[in-house]
Amino acid sequence: MKILVTVKEVATVEDEFEIKDTEIADQYLGADLNEWDDYAVEEAVQLQEAGIADEVVTVTIGPEDSEQTIRQALAKGADRAVRIWDDSLEDVDLLDVNAKTEILSAVVDAEDPDLVLTGVQAGDDSFGATGVSLAEEIGAQWGAVVNHLEHDLDDVASVRRELEGGVEELTDIELPAVLTIQTGINEPRYASLRGIRQAQRKELDVQSLGDLGLDESATESQLTLTDMYEPESESDVTVWDGSADETAGELGELLRDKGVAP
Amino acid sequence: MTDILAITDHRRGELRDVSYEIITAGRELANETGGDLHLAAISGAVDDFAENLNREGVDAIHTVSHGEEFNHDVYTQAVTQLYDDLAPQYVLIPNSVNGLDYAPAVANQLDLPIVTDTIGLETDGDTLIATREMYGGKVETTNELEGESVVTIRSAEWPVAEGTGDAAIEAADVEIDESAIGSTVTGFEEVAGGDVDISEAEVLVSVGRGIEEEDNIPIIEELAEALDATVSSSRPIVDNGWLPKNRQVGQSGKVVTPDVYIAIGISGAVQHVAGMKGSDTIVAINTDPNAPIMDIADYAIHDDLFDVVPALTEEFGG
Repeated sequence: MKILVTVKEVATVEDEFEIKDTEIADQYLGADLNEWDDYAVEEAVQLQEAGIADEVVTVTIGPEDSEQTIRQALAKGADRAVRIWDDSLEDVDLLDVNAKTEILSAVVDAEDPDLVLTGVQAGDDSFGATGVSLAEEIGAQWGAVVNHLEHDLDDVASVRRELEGGVEELTDIELPAVLTIQTGINEPRYASLRGIRQAQRKELDVQSLGDLGLDESATESQLTLTDMYEPESESDVTVWDGSADETAGELGELLRDKGVAP
Repeated sequence: MTDILAITDHRRGELRDVSYEIITAGRELANETGGDLHLAAISGAVDDFAENLNREGVDAIHTVSHGEEFNHDVYTQAVTQLYDDLAPQYVLIPNSVNGLDYAPAVANQLDLPIVTDTIGLETDGDTLIATREMYGGKVETTNELEGESVVTIRSAEWPVAEGTGDAAIEAADVEIDESAIGSTVTGFEEVAGGDVDISEAEVLVSVGRGIEEEDNIPIIEELAEALDATVSSSRPIVDNGWLPKNRQVGQSGKVVTPDVYIAIGISGAVQHVAGMKGSDTIVAINTDPNAPIMDIADYAIHDDLFDVVPALTEEFGG
């Protein structure tokens, strides 16, 4: 069985930052492997270790800079990686769900995986929709917000979906399928030094839209980002200042006043 | 095409709150487009649901009786057929776990753009302006979409609809193709049970990512013991296996309403806030003065939890 895992390098933002037009200014941004995708990679690698998967391939839409993040996924055990990039993607503010779906479905056509794992959402744009949209596009079954997957996959994936309020839904999904993976499904490993060394030698195949049989229209988002701003705080919080002993004293007094502490 | 179609959400025989909130969101949009608000109730006791959903501002309720519980294939088929039949401008769907399990499929099948997790919506009838957050709530964005689209709305952002309406309630002309159903729900399980019920606690000492590592959890437990309080946590602590699931406060954990909620090293992601905003008094201990938790806290200490927590424990003789 071949598993394709979508891996995104997400932008991380410092506590203090400035916004320039519809973007956060570069100097306040970092980059990291999307947290949800980290769990998806781990789940795929565990399926490989359980003898279920023969090959784990990652796919990333991202510029050359994202290769460090892709190597992280390779160091954790993915076999090889595909990275999609094109000059036409360079100036795109926001790649919407439909654009991502079109690009990723072309990769699915080329790779023909039995199972696709994606993170539930990306920590930056947080659409939470690409996995299910992709499933529909490629004619596969799907399950969203999966926090448990039985590792004896045959023709059916038995999963748990994490609903609201501490309730889980048990669902059987026919393969091939796309599962969107929730945090907490497993414990993502740290890449070992050996894994990091090996990752440098693994195949990282860069493909353009043309290579996938797509043209520039694939990058056209129907959603236009028109403004970005810091949310207005409605806070009327009382801030206690001073040393730790002083602030702890204030809090202690509050708890005694309320009669909830000894 | 100016009508709005809003899909409701239910689980184990009960309509979920967002079903009443989506009426409000849908009515506001319908007022702006000058169109009608259509609701759909799919699977379960749809006639009872329709009766409850018949609130002020609803023009029509379409019922699709098929199975008891949510199944994304049934929902996808029902909503796409309702769309073809009603030709609405916007399809509104709750941004719930189930909403995210079919809304993207509906959008893709209908070849419509989708915008998810919206917290504000406006339209002039042609262009939709959707407000949503990025980077874990650090920024808000506005996004424009032309023409028809699928939109998911965040729960608890719109008030629930009140009053009694005079909607036309009718069984929708929808045919579900059983052969296209590729997944089967086999059951449900409560996972947040166990020895401690944090929803009963008067004082919660709640710990988040700021605690950094598992070895630091005991300083929180010592404080809770000194205060005769109960330990709870945000999601990452449970994901890491540092505390059991029954301690998790939030959308996927427990909703709590203690007299005092002490949020320690918790930034206040919306999913967490959904579970604790009903607390009587909220105290936040966090080094970041801009953390979202500060928006709902009554009292705050902008300091290192590793200094403040031991000092407080000592204050109570711990």
